[in-house]
Amino acid sequence: MAADLQIVNLTKEFESFDQPGNKVVAVDDVSLDVEKGELVTLLGPSGCGKTTLLRMIAGFEDPTSGDIYLSGQRVNDQAPNQRNAAMVFQSYALFPHLNVLENVVFGLRLQRLPSSEVTARGERVLELVGLDGLGERSTSQLSGGQQQRVALARAIVMEPSILLFDEPLSNLDAKLREQMRIEIRQLQQRVGITSVYVTHDQAEAMSMSDRIVVMDHGRIMQVGAPLDIYARPRNRFVADFIGKVNFLTAQVSGPKQARLLDQQLIVDDLDERPLGQEVILTIRPEAVNLRTSGGHLPGQITRATFLGGLVEYEIQVDSLGEALVVHDANPVVRGLHQVGETVELELPAKALHALVEG
Amino acid sequence: MPRLHRAKRELELLRRDPILLALLIFIALAIFIFVIYPLFEVLIKSLQTRDVEGLTLANYERFFTTRYLRLALRNSLMVGFTTATVGVFIGYIAAFTLTRTNAPGKPIWHVILILPVISPPFVSAISILMLFGFNGLFTRQLLGLQNFNIYGFKGVVLSQVFTFAPIGYLTLRGVLSSMNPVLEDAAMNVGATRWQTFRRVLLPLSLPGIASAFLVVLIESLADFGNPLVLAGSRFPMLAPQAYLEITGSFNLPLGATLAVILLIPSMTAFAIQRYYLQKRQYVTVTGKPSTSSSKIVTRSMQWVLMGILGVFALFIILFYGTILMGAFTLVWGYDYTLTLNHFIYTFSVGFEAVKDTLIVAILSTPISGLLAMMIAFLVVRRTFPGKGALEFSSILNFAVPGTVVGIGYILAFNKPPILLVGTLAILVLNFIFRYMPVGIQSGIAVLQQIDPSIEEAAQNLGADSVTTFRKVTLPLISPAFFSGLVFAFVRAMTAISAAIFLVSAKWNLMTVQILSEVGSGRLGVAAAYSVVLVVIVIIAIFVIGRLVPSGAATSIIQVQD
Ligand SMILES: Nc1ncnc2c1ncn2[C@@H]1O[C@H](COP(=O)(O)OP(=O)(O)O)[C@@H](O)[C@H]1O
Ligand SMILES: [Mg+2]
Repeated sequence: MAADLQIVNLTKEFESFDQPGNKVVAVDDVSLDVEKGELVTLLGPSGCGKTTLLRMIAGFEDPTSGDIYLSGQRVNDQAPNQRNAAMVFQSYALFPHLNVLENVVFGLRLQRLPSSEVTARGERVLELVGLDGLGERSTSQLSGGQQQRVALARAIVMEPSILLFDEPLSNLDAKLREQMRIEIRQLQQRVGITSVYVTHDQAEAMSMSDRIVVMDHGRIMQVGAPLDIYARPRNRFVADFIGKVNFLTAQVSGPKQARLLDQQLIVDDLDERPLGQEVILTIRPEAVNLRTSGGHLPGQITRATFLGGLVEYEIQVDSLGEALVVHDANPVVRGLHQVGETVELELPAKALHALVEG
Repeated sequence: MPRLHRAKRELELLRRDPILLALLIFIALAIFIFVIYPLFEVLIKSLQTRDVEGLTLANYERFFTTRYLRLALRNSLMVGFTTATVGVFIGYIAAFTLTRTNAPGKPIWHVILILPVISPPFVSAISILMLFGFNGLFTRQLLGLQNFNIYGFKGVVLSQVFTFAPIGYLTLRGVLSSMNPVLEDAAMNVGATRWQTFRRVLLPLSLPGIASAFLVVLIESLADFGNPLVLAGSRFPMLAPQAYLEITGSFNLPLGATLAVILLIPSMTAFAIQRYYLQKRQYVTVTGKPSTSSSKIVTRSMQWVLMGILGVFALFIILFYGTILMGAFTLVWGYDYTLTLNHFIYTFSVGFEAVKDTLIVAILSTPISGLLAMMIAFLVVRRTFPGKGALEFSSILNFAVPGTVVGIGYILAFNKPPILLVGTLAILVLNFIFRYMPVGIQSGIAVLQQIDPSIEEAAQNLGADSVTTFRKVTLPLISPAFFSGLVFAFVRAMTAISAAIFLVSAKWNLMTVQILSEVGSGRLGVAAAYSVVLVVIVIIAIFVIGRLVPSGAATSIIQVQD
């Protein structure tokens, strides 16, 4: 079965804002397939080209080269209003001169459907997003979260073949953001609508997505399921961008084995590489086990930060350049280590990961 | 080469929105025919003479060898620079007093100050004639002067200052109120005195705005036709009326066209400086948050001085308009001050044709002009297409082209096939549509640039094509600009004279032209009555337009882009 959205070698160059004449490559040779019913997140730092990619799918930007297919049909030459892709804008972009219901049914009205059907569908969708009874309100009377829901309702009422989100939660406060993540994900799964979701927040991406596309400087760095990306980042950029991480420089010393200082480490996912070659290992802070004895590396605690559910330690290992970050869970039961204490670090074979690119 | 490639791609993209493409072609064609082509005709005509075949520079040679004509250029420039200097000085004082002090009665000051903007530009000239002319109330009746002469430089400048200082005031008011007063607090906070704060902060920041206001007033003064016609007198020739007299008096169309081209040069220069140099240098310190200053930059006594100057100016305006009102009810001004309704009776009976024609022209041209202006603003800000820069430039070009030049251009361009319009209603309507569009375009552009483009993108995303987006989203959002565009177009259609005087006919006459001809034949009472009727119509129209265009939601709709 063909993917719902297919992007093939898509590139977008802009004339630079600051130095006219110079080119900025906002999206650089991106290819991607999104399957039916899937929610794929575009994740990356500000300026990496996420919005530009999304706007090309919606038809607001014209690709410099490459092709876009929606439901198997090439849409490069279709105007935005002819594409069956609905967008939820970062600023919501609600029509200030229309009330909530009229905002939601704006697109339906243009299709010249019977007025009773339009209203009925509008009200059904308002109910779906939890805004039943607010149809007559002016949008300026709504809270940020409610405005967000209107924007969402306005998009899904069109029953588009694909739903596009551009950082829809970035204007909400932290608590509401977490709640809306869950709501949007549940709604998306219930309606079964194919979605592309742009965010720069890795927690948001991990909590919502079927797959995450990590981008940097207009290029795709890695595509994968959230756990996959978290546990097995391809390179330093991805590892670093998705949460905290420790990098360890080691040498390949055998099948699935690497030498770090004087220790032989077993690395489950180390592929075949020449003996003695340098390899960068990653391990997440919570995967490192703190012991009093019998670990791989001895170290001294240089900082301890209590964060409630966990404690973050900074641990200096002699003859290893950088300090390691270690998270220890459940401090209420396990207690706190003090700064200056020496501890042993255990690096489990399953948690260690060898980067593919240096 | 890459540029050509881009233009080609832009055209391809336009093809997927055929209505937009059709609209664009229509607008481009209309602007070419009704803005560019007449100017071109003037230029060509100035290179012809009545007796020589082909193109020649003979008219220009004649201009430079004829003292009287050279004098016209010198006089126009002299009057222009003087009016601009004085007008901007008064305008700055007014804008400063009404934005930076807590002077009482600000709305009343404002209304008095903009009165000249909504009346024909030569009303003060008529008042000046009634007060200071040979039979003036002051000069003859009160002071008994036998041969006081108001004509010439002093009369024109006096009249123009009262006509155009309000334009300087409006421009500078915009500049001053867009500057954050917190800056002044900051300067005083680090120890600057009030004078230093003004000299070192406020004045430098408003300098580009002052220069811009100066050029705008200069352009208006150079283009002014009514005041010079009434007050210059034959010993003080000026370019705009001279061009008219060459054509209607001596039937020398080529020489009139030549004078028009010469008049165009300083106007276009001022326009180019204003638009391409100064506009980029204006400091706007709007933060989105309303901000008021806590410290006051002027002392109480200084405030009284400023209000004194302003008061004198306002008093003169009131005096001028009072004179017109009195004159309209006076039997024969200068000889017999018996009260009468005769002039109004005449205006509403025999003379009512002109009133009716003026209204028809204004009512037809205003909505078209306003709508066209908003469409052009929308296209320029929100769409890309080849030749966009050229379209924007030519659509606002008429702001700087003196009416005299446009009027001559229209009679040259449209008195022959394929477009034969001279003598019709259409030529007046078309002239007003394209002449008074620029202000609407510019305010439309300014408002659109402040509205988050994703609101319109959302409409497109939901299936609206360009025209539907414009109609259902853009137009309601920019209704404040639409309103000011409509008001401007209406006021100007009612009060304009310089181009219209070439285009009226026995069948279609205008009040302004009628007023000037009444002045010419010494019937000041009738002229005054017409003026009163005109101002009343304009005031009523402003209220009606305000009712028709809902702009109440205007303030809440401007969402600042992320
Ligand atoms: N219209 C434009 N003109 C010029 N450069 C642009 C334009 N839009 C985006 N860019 C540039 O393209 C790059 C990617 O921008 P964007 O897609 O908005 O990134 P993101 O959404 O990931 O923050 C940035 O460097 C940005 O400055
Ligand atoms: Mg973005």
